[in-house]
Amino acid sequence: ECVEWEVTDGGGSEIMKWNGWGYSDSKFLFNKKGQAEFTGKRYRLSGMIIPGLKDWMEGTFGANLQHKTPATPLLTSSAVQPATLNKAFLEELKSTGIPFSHDAEDRVFRAHGHCLHEIFALREGKFGRVPDMVVWPNCHNDVVKIVELACKHNVCVIPYGGGTSVSSALECPPEETRSIVSLDTSQMNRILWIDEKNLTAHVEAGIVGQDLERLLNESGYCTGHEPDSMEFSSLGGWVATRASGMKKNIYGNIEDLVIHIRMVTPRGVIEKSCQGPRMSTGPDIHHFIMGSEGTLGVVTEVTMKIRPMPEYQKYGSVVFPNFEQGVACLREVAKQRCAPASIRLMDNEQFKFGHALKPQVSSIFTSFLDGLKTFYITKFKGFDPNRLCVATLLFEGDREKVLQHEKQVYDIAAKFGGLAAGEDNGQRGYMLTFVIAYLRDLGMDYYVIGESFETSVPWDRVLDICRNVKARIIQECKDKGVQFPPLSTCRVTQTYDTGACVYFYFAFNYRGLSDPVHVYEQVEHAAREEILANGGSLSHHHGVGKLRKEWMRDTVSNVGVGMLKSVKDYVDPDNIFGNRNLL
Amino acid sequence: FNLLLPIITLLRRGDLSCSSVVLNPMLKKRDDFEDMLEERRNSSDLRYALRCYTPVLYKGLAPCKASMLKSMVLQSDQLHHVIGQVSRETGRAADDVQEEASAILEEMAHCLQLSTVRFFAFTLSKVFKTLFRSICVNEEGIQRLQQAIQEHPVVLLPSHRSYMDFLLMSYILYTYDIALPVIAAGMDFMGMKFVGEMLRMSGAFFIRRSFGGDKLYWSVFSEYVKTMLKNGFAPVEFFLEGTRSRTSKSLTPKLGLLNIVMDPYLKGEVYDINVVPVSISYERILEEALYAREMLGVPKPKESTSGLFKARKVLSEDYGSIHVYFGQPVSVRSLAQGRVNRCQFNLVPRHIPRRPSEEIQSFVNDSAYRLVRAQEENMVLKPWVLLASLLLQNHHQDQTAGQKRGMVLEELTAQAVWLRDMFREYGAFLHWPGMNTVLSGQVKPGEPHSTVTPEEELLSQAVIVLSCASYRNQGLHVFLRPALLASAINAASSNLKQEVFNSFSFLRNMFSNEFILCPGATVQDFEEACYLLVKTGALQVTQQELLVTERGQRTVAFLTSMLDPFLQGYQVRETLYKMFSPCLVRLCFPGRLRYTEVLSSDLQKNSLAALLRLGAVQKIKA
Repeated sequence: ECVEWEVTDGGGSEIMKWNGWGYSDSKFLFNKKGQAEFTGKRYRLSGMIIPGLKDWMEGTFGANLQHKTPATPLLTSSAVQPATLNKAFLEELKSTGIPFSHDAEDRVFRAHGHCLHEIFALREGKFGRVPDMVVWPNCHNDVVKIVELACKHNVCVIPYGGGTSVSSALECPPEETRSIVSLDTSQMNRILWIDEKNLTAHVEAGIVGQDLERLLNESGYCTGHEPDSMEFSSLGGWVATRASGMKKNIYGNIEDLVIHIRMVTPRGVIEKSCQGPRMSTGPDIHHFIMGSEGTLGVVTEVTMKIRPMPEYQKYGSVVFPNFEQGVACLREVAKQRCAPASIRLMDNEQFKFGHALKPQVSSIFTSFLDGLKTFYITKFKGFDPNRLCVATLLFEGDREKVLQHEKQVYDIAAKFGGLAAGEDNGQRGYMLTFVIAYLRDLGMDYYVIGESFETSVPWDRVLDICRNVKARIIQECKDKGVQFPPLSTCRVTQTYDTGACVYFYFAFNYRGLSDPVHVYEQVEHAAREEILANGGSLSHHHGVGKLRKEWMRDTVSNVGVGMLKSVKDYVDPDNIFGNRNLL
Repeated sequence: FNLLLPIITLLRRGDLSCSSVVLNPMLKKRDDFEDMLEERRNSSDLRYALRCYTPVLYKGLAPCKASMLKSMVLQSDQLHHVIGQVSRETGRAADDVQEEASAILEEMAHCLQLSTVRFFAFTLSKVFKTLFRSICVNEEGIQRLQQAIQEHPVVLLPSHRSYMDFLLMSYILYTYDIALPVIAAGMDFMGMKFVGEMLRMSGAFFIRRSFGGDKLYWSVFSEYVKTMLKNGFAPVEFFLEGTRSRTSKSLTPKLGLLNIVMDPYLKGEVYDINVVPVSISYERILEEALYAREMLGVPKPKESTSGLFKARKVLSEDYGSIHVYFGQPVSVRSLAQGRVNRCQFNLVPRHIPRRPSEEIQSFVNDSAYRLVRAQEENMVLKPWVLLASLLLQNHHQDQTAGQKRGMVLEELTAQAVWLRDMFREYGAFLHWPGMNTVLSGQVKPGEPHSTVTPEEELLSQAVIVLSCASYRNQGLHVFLRPALLASAINAASSNLKQEVFNSFSFLRNMFSNEFILCPGATVQDFEEACYLLVKTGALQVTQQELLVTERGQRTVAFLTSMLDPFLQGYQVRETLYKMFSPCLVRLCFPGRLRYTEVLSSDLQKNSLAALLRLGAVQKIKA
């Protein structure tokens, strides 16, 4: 007989969707008048009507509001494989008092990330191999106990943070015969201390991005680490995937932010002995941990850099006559090392998409102003509406410096034909980051499936890779029998000294296809091959997971794979952390 | 390619029997032709030359001024790099080298002008109408080309049999309102006063025949071609064969320019490139007698304006019709699919010139062969090609017998009909007008009029035979593989498949300088030959043996004798490799040489190259 523990704050299905993105109360839908609307109260767009979205969806995808593909509304527990429980493990676990569950809903919730095929299957009510139970450790020591027991009883452990993976990293290997335990870190969500002298904070790894920022903000600090998934993704997840944040130009990526990591492995706990800001002590052991994708152990506690909250923030945007000019401008900004906290360049398709998501304006005056702006740019300045593109900007710091910085960037932009296009456009651009994932769920209600993927690439390749990958997507869709032209768009989303991070969005209307997910996967596969053939990396920040591991050997060479393997073999000889990511 | 695919598939399965190949080259779908001269004969040439010309362009791009193009080339990263390198290596000032690059570009670059094009449109209309009965073009091919031009940069690869080719190409494209190509032309034209400049203004750019080690020249040249291609300002046109084929056989493709035009795709600078093979078939080639003389050692006259003027007498002759077939555009991307790993360019900046890797060299080489074969495949064969083949075979038989009988016309007709059916069975692209009147009489190769010396007589005789041979050669590609197999069966010591294959492989290898035989494709070629002979009932293939059937005897005999002159050419053992030496004439005289064709310098050159390649002879520096 099992004792079930009541779990209150463990990612309950009441708050979060079980088969889609984000909060249950927030979603796009078409109301009775056929207008698109975003529900809930959480976002700036919440409760607003989006008049342009319907036309955009119909125009871009050939979607039709009459043709619906609704999701299975409820999770039917009987469709879930019965749990394979390791009795001995379970008995000893009970004695530790650590909460656990083998409820079907809890298990299904932790059996997936947010890849298209994962969500598609959930919506159809199909479940593959799911974890056999979920445990909720409350602190580092709980994790130590769980891992010890797992080793003792040969149980497979898959760490689970925010569940926002897009690399199939959370999928249970179907061939795994041992009992699989999902180790949910969500209860380890405290800031343990803040060191204002050294500007560091010691934080439990289960904390979710938005909570971390909110709590630090209360003390007047921030980490400045804002990945697009920061509402739901966890600190431990960032470390395990080598995450990158929107404002990395000021604050750095996760590898720049982390000072100290504690990780529990089958061999014991790995950590450094001091908090020196830099060390010459052989290869940095943090780099075995960062990007290990849950294959070596569980990150439990992290000491991170913190910064005083910025005094002033300002959004901005620039319109360029074409994408080429826009990229040239970003390159120049990177060369002069004067990139603002964030600078992103959207291509024409994405600009139009952003435009379609404009909420209904309240006054005639605003709509008149918008019309005037459009007139000025397209007629007076002669920008072709089918070629122009937009860069969105975010400046941070003290007011004076921000204004100075702003001027510098706009001056560079002007040299490339860029026109300042206002704060509003910029702010809306960033807001879209958070709602775009919700939009995929709307698409899936109407035969439209899509996904995003990313890469990093040297500057001289940026234009080529954007053009070729977008063209490859379109061609592959055609070759694979997709009946409607796909949406194939990209943005340059981060700049570095020597290159940039490029993000692709890709979606199509799958009416008339018998196996849309398979077609989708073939196209994404081809797109990744194209990326690699054009000098792009396998991933900039999403990670490898199982989705991209076939390319690991080509990416890091045979010896490289051997090195990683030997680390895995030493740290986890029995493959307790058996999610089979990466290698 | 379609033809090869099933065979390749078979090969992958390791299956050497041809019984399961299910494909019929007779069903090869080809477009219909339209005579474009017809309209010219019925409406004003002047109005035609002055009409509104608005071609569709690559992704709606505006064409670029020649001067703009030049500055793009001079400012390119690649050229900058090479200029720096040359300056460091030679100690010359960078400005100086830059100046030189600029001068090279000046010498090379085209300056396409619509007015010149219009001038040509007018004069060529007049000339073509006098020379030719018709110029037939497959309009569907033109439509495909138009589509291709909008999608990706386009490279036009016409076959090269005559000086006429590139004027004809531009003329056709102008007529159909398609973007005018820029054409790689040999420097020889530049020597022609005025004409050279005229050609330049109609889109030709000039390249030196050889610039082996000249880094700077290569850099300017390749950057110039790539800039035009990448930006899609105009289709780039060049001749894969490098020079006009004097024998009407396709020449071994030259890889330099093909390497250059494929480079932007391989380096990811464009998404794809469409390569369009164009087959231009002349019923009678303007230069026919000239070629024959040239091959017999009478030197080629230097290109000059006065020479061109003297040549105007050709205007009074009838050159029949021309067929121009625009083939299916071939995507370089699909050619390279699974063959080239483009990641090889990831680790070195793309503007630093590097020798192509072995992988790329072999890819470009194979592609070149495929493209030349695509040209061959759509060559239109006129009845005269068949007659020439038959007459030559007959002539050789006569000569062996020491007779000069010729052929009875009825017999020739009957044989021609038999041969026509055979051509069709082998998938040839025949243009066979309805011939109802069968004349009677004797046909034999013409006799030279007045003879002065035996040498001269032989020379005149040889000119006639070589001219005939060049028409026969037009159809060779149709039978090449089966003919190699037929000869191999004859030569092999038994009917065992392996024996025949070995002998086939030997012949094929030996002739690879002579005919378009893709290196490394021996098994595919063997399969193809077997398939064709089996399909036409000439051959039976059992588990172990290849047997010529009763009804196949005639076919096999015909095929073998098609290759005979070449075989003999390669068998000449004495060291004869001097242009038309008196000793060679003496050899021919007493009838020791059966085939006058052996006198062809082309055959000698190829056989020498083959023997050198096979290590049968050695070059010793005197």
